[in-house]
Amino acid sequence: MTTYQLDGLSALGDGTRRAIFERLAAGPHSVGELAAQLPVSRPAVSQHLKVLKEAGLVGDRADGTRRVYHVNPEGVAALRAYLDRFWNQALAGFKEAVEQRPKEKK
Amino acid sequence: MTAQATDTAVRTSIVVEAPQELAFDVFTKEMASWWPRDHHILEGELAEMVFELEEGGRIYDVGVDGSICRWARVLVFQPPECLVISWDITPDWKLQTDLDKTSEVEFRFLPEDREHTRVELEHRHLDRHGGGWEGMRDAVGSPDGWNRSLRALRERTDEVGANR
Repeated sequence: MTTYQLDGLSALGDGTRRAIFERLAAGPHSVGELAAQLPVSRPAVSQHLKVLKEAGLVGDRADGTRRVYHVNPEGVAALRAYLDRFWNQALAGFKEAVEQRPKEKK
Repeated sequence: MTAQATDTAVRTSIVVEAPQELAFDVFTKEMASWWPRDHHILEGELAEMVFELEEGGRIYDVGVDGSICRWARVLVFQPPECLVISWDITPDWKLQTDLDKTSEVEFRFLPEDREHTRVELEHRHLDRHGGGWEGMRDAVGSPDGWNRSLRALRERTDEVGANR
């Protein structure tokens, strides 16, 4: 499972994939809709979606002739990826705060 | 800073240049000084964060309008080494009142040497937040839901990323 999870966490390390994930968090979108909103080509969007899907962060379903993508609401992967980033950000803030304190106990 | 995850938990750690006791004190008594500013579940602006320094205590946010949100219970309080709090927050950043659907976060403060402390974090039992994720699904479409957190998060992670 480790490889799968690291994929899940690192999947959001890419700026374009994060932008795609955010748009899907706002609601389901097709590849075409995503490509129209982002400065990347349809094939590039498809490639990013494939990575997000393999990481368990998004799912897809057929809607007529097109395929619609959504944030995966079943798995813990999306929450985990989100909280991983949150805590790394929070701890970085803590490091900054604690190291700015005068050294009292040298 | 490293990060890894197991199936229903997130783990990460960081080394700070501070003795163990100081690290623990700043972490708990001065939580507002380092907690990400946008990550509160109050309706209005945050006035202060209060950390009750005992087992059975609470962590709560106080808004400028006087509103109070108790978002964590202090489960273990062992200064300056260990701290476990509950995470009474839904995936869409709202207060979770059903305690069966809350997770918990353990922080360990391990002295590396006299001047450095490693803070290890484990946020576990994430599966307790519930299958189906209906709440998140509803919330992610709202402007105040996940989106806002993600936007703030992106700005910060970009900053952090740029400094790496």
